[in-house]
Amino acid sequence: MKPRRVLAIARKESIQIRRDPRSLGMAIAMPMLLLVLFGYALTLDVDRVPLVVWDQSGTPASRELISRFAGSRYFSLKGYVQDYRDVERAIDSGETLMALVVPRDFAGQIESGRPAAVQLLADGSDSNTATIAIGYAEAVVQAYSRAITLDATQRLGARPLNPPVEMRTRVWFNADMESKNYIIPGLIPVIMMVIAALLTSLTIAREWERGTMEQLISTPVKGPELILGKLVPYFVIGMFDVLLAVLMGEFVFHVPLRGSLLLLFVMAAVFLVGALSLGMVISIVAKNQLLANQLAMILTFVPAFILSGLVYAISVMPWPIRLVTYLVPARYFVSLLKGIYLKGVGLSVLGGEAILLVVFAAAMVALANFKFRKKLV
Amino acid sequence: MDDSPNNNAVVVKDLERRFGKFVAVNRVSFEVKKGEIFGFLGPNGAGKSTTIRMLCGILAPTSGSGTVAGFDVRTEAEKIKAHIGYMSQKFSLYEDLTVEENIDFYSGIYRIPPEKKRDRKEWVLEMAGLREHRHSRTSVLSGGWKQRLALGCAILHEPPVIFLDEPTSGVDPISRRQFWDLIYELAGKGVTIFVTTHYMDEAEYCDRIGLIYRGELIALGTPATLKTELMQDDVLEVSCERPQEAMEEISRLSGIKEVALFGKSLHVVTEDGAATASMLRAVLPEKGYAAPRVEPISPSLEDVFVSLIEARDRAETPQREVQG
Repeated sequence: MKPRRVLAIARKESIQIRRDPRSLGMAIAMPMLLLVLFGYALTLDVDRVPLVVWDQSGTPASRELISRFAGSRYFSLKGYVQDYRDVERAIDSGETLMALVVPRDFAGQIESGRPAAVQLLADGSDSNTATIAIGYAEAVVQAYSRAITLDATQRLGARPLNPPVEMRTRVWFNADMESKNYIIPGLIPVIMMVIAALLTSLTIAREWERGTMEQLISTPVKGPELILGKLVPYFVIGMFDVLLAVLMGEFVFHVPLRGSLLLLFVMAAVFLVGALSLGMVISIVAKNQLLANQLAMILTFVPAFILSGLVYAISVMPWPIRLVTYLVPARYFVSLLKGIYLKGVGLSVLGGEAILLVVFAAAMVALANFKFRKKLV
Repeated sequence: MDDSPNNNAVVVKDLERRFGKFVAVNRVSFEVKKGEIFGFLGPNGAGKSTTIRMLCGILAPTSGSGTVAGFDVRTEAEKIKAHIGYMSQKFSLYEDLTVEENIDFYSGIYRIPPEKKRDRKEWVLEMAGLREHRHSRTSVLSGGWKQRLALGCAILHEPPVIFLDEPTSGVDPISRRQFWDLIYELAGKGVTIFVTTHYMDEAEYCDRIGLIYRGELIALGTPATLKTELMQDDVLEVSCERPQEAMEEISRLSGIKEVALFGKSLHVVTEDGAATASMLRAVLPEKGYAAPRVEPISPSLEDVFVSLIEARDRAETPQREVQG
């Protein structure tokens, strides 16, 4: 391995990247775009559920209930309607997800101490959101009922009744249960995996396609020198992307970073070497830019997105799929980043994942060197 | 002349390359002496590029052996690569890099010592006539410039053997001439040059020529030897009135192998030049072509190659109809 040759290749490759707006855009703009896009779109939180109300009762009691809905951050009052046709239209058009119907005798029933019924209509086409929203609505109604009961008992002069069992919930690590706090750290590996593999997937295939490789393999340059020289500039770009993502996590999404920043960057570097080398392997095998590009997309994006534990928890997957996830390197980096970001833990806990990432990177580097041949055909 | 192996830059013995069932190069054997300009001639698809790629160590031979600059093509390909310059058929520098950046890149790849780096770069720029264009992107250069720059980058490390695969295809005649001046200059310094071409005039510039046809080497020698020894037939130049009509008359005569129009005159190929000449001088005036001039001429390389290739085709496929 001669440093001068590695340097010559790295320099040549950087000039080519600088002059190719496509690869520059892919290297810098795409990660930011993906982070913003997924960071906002992929919120799994349900809040501000649009709601319409048909208040048939029109009494202080019904208005009190409605104001509890309107005042909650989980609902957003879209307006009042006067009949079922309007309710139907509002749900059909997607203007609202829920409708609350308060019957005419609502206040009278409460007054006389009999249970009063309110109707809740929910759009079940997105069952996940509907289930969560119904839960919120039940909580609002229960709180209101409890307030009425409390009121009544106090008026009777009795001591308020305590519920026999009370569950005290405490959520660790992401106390506000904000999905962005785990989505953003999880997104970084997915985006890096895709961008890194896409970037390097073109680099060797392009030289075969343009005929420049034939010239290069007739020189004394060695395979490892060529691969290392090509990795260097993309590694710099990749680390810049990581920095960008961390900064965006801090200042745009306000994700708390509890663990070691140094550990984060070291592990990112290891992961990046693996992902870049994977792209290189694809490029060496495909020898054709279009094929290499598509292979890189298919082999990285889908597994990294679905099987890394970013969106779906691996522990609840069926066992055959759980086995497959062990082959997805993004999985280890997702665990590492979630651990570093949310739990603030270090290598004592995440050592296994870190070792597997190192194994992945070493395997990919070895494979790229093994697959590259200084021969035609 | 000394024929000891260390006087040869290239030695090839029964070199063969197959692609599946197709035999691209069929057991070829030849030698190229040091300092020689060796021309490898043949039609497209004859196996010229395949041979050159095997010699450069970028394509593994299926069988046979060979050495280039004293290194084995099968086992020491990487050592060969340090001692040769190779220029492929297609322009193979980086079009998105400037002239200077391309030179710098290859100077790094060949690890030109820092003290020589500058001189070598200036030499390439001077040789290619690109001093004024050192900061231009390679993509905007004309064919001739690209060719010379590619040659310059391939020989930055001053290799003793240079392989050029159709270096002048698609280049204008003046650039071609300049390119050959460069080749002569390098050969004058003792560099061995192995060049493939399908231009007959370029073949005449070579010290020795090998003719490859359908993967087989069918002739080998200096241009002069090929023209005198390998051409079994004689060629007569016939000048007379109405050459087109005369051509038909002549082709019907006995002992005539081929008649072709060459400018205003005819080239007649025959086994016995003297007999045919006297016969033509007698027969033509009788048929109404007054005062014909019939002269024996030395065949051109093209005549030689056409006759060799036709002889080969006749020998290989006797069942095939020879078109008359």
